[in-house]
Amino acid sequence: MTNLMTYFNAFWVGGIICVIGQILIDKTKMTPARILVLFVTMGVVLTLIGVYEPLVNLGGAGATVPITGFGYALAKGAQKAVQTYGLLGAFTGGVTATAGGIAAVILFGYLAAVAFNPKEK
Amino acid sequence: MKKYTKKEYGKMVERSAPKTSMFQNLLWAFFIGGAICVVGQLISQYFRNRGWSIENVASGTSIIMVFLGALFTGLGLYDKLAKFAGAGTIVPITGFANAIVSPAMEFKREGYILGVAGKMFVVAGPVLVYGITTSVIAGVIYYLIR
Repeated sequence: MTNLMTYFNAFWVGGIICVIGQILIDKTKMTPARILVLFVTMGVVLTLIGVYEPLVNLGGAGATVPITGFGYALAKGAQKAVQTYGLLGAFTGGVTATAGGIAAVILFGYLAAVAFNPKEK
Repeated sequence: MKKYTKKEYGKMVERSAPKTSMFQNLLWAFFIGGAICVVGQLISQYFRNRGWSIENVASGTSIIMVFLGALFTGLGLYDKLAKFAGAGTIVPITGFANAIVSPAMEFKREGYILGVAGKMFVVAGPVLVYGITTSVIAGVIYYLIR
């Protein structure tokens, strides 16, 4: 039962984060690039002020899969590394924590772009 | 023939454009965005069941989601979904993969260096610049106030 709840929470938390993005697109005509930049930055800021972590505890992948979750992983990684390595950690922690995702984006992004061609619109 | 000012013309375009209600857009964004996150939850549950650490579960889930986003973009399916789902497909990390693959595919004719590899970062570049920059600043602030 609790297992089922985690999926339900992931669904609505993730859904609402996307709805916020959709409202911005409809109301301000923001481009996808601006949405992504705004959301990743907000993820970092909200993590720093301690607001995003509770959202992750509640929504799980609903909070980590949206691009705000990338900001969360960056900021949390930086904080953790600061605890161990001091100021150096501010530089190493974020990218270390997100290295898997960044490498995957570059590898799979490149391979997909080479293997496939744009579809006729 | 009547001449229209730019403003009048803009209004005419707006009126004749197919009306999709904002409520409909929000509903699509909610359900598709939520559904993509449920897929992420399924993947992270699988890794958690294998006894992976929290950090590794997060990395593993990102890697699989990015793979799926890149694959479905290549197959042309992700953009079909994006027509309805809007932010529901843009905001999840699969949309980040989509933002990398789409321009890279589009500019393949400009070669594999400045075409594919260069255009991969048209959107991803700014995301990394702002994400990493703010995270370093956040780390410094955390260092000062902790």
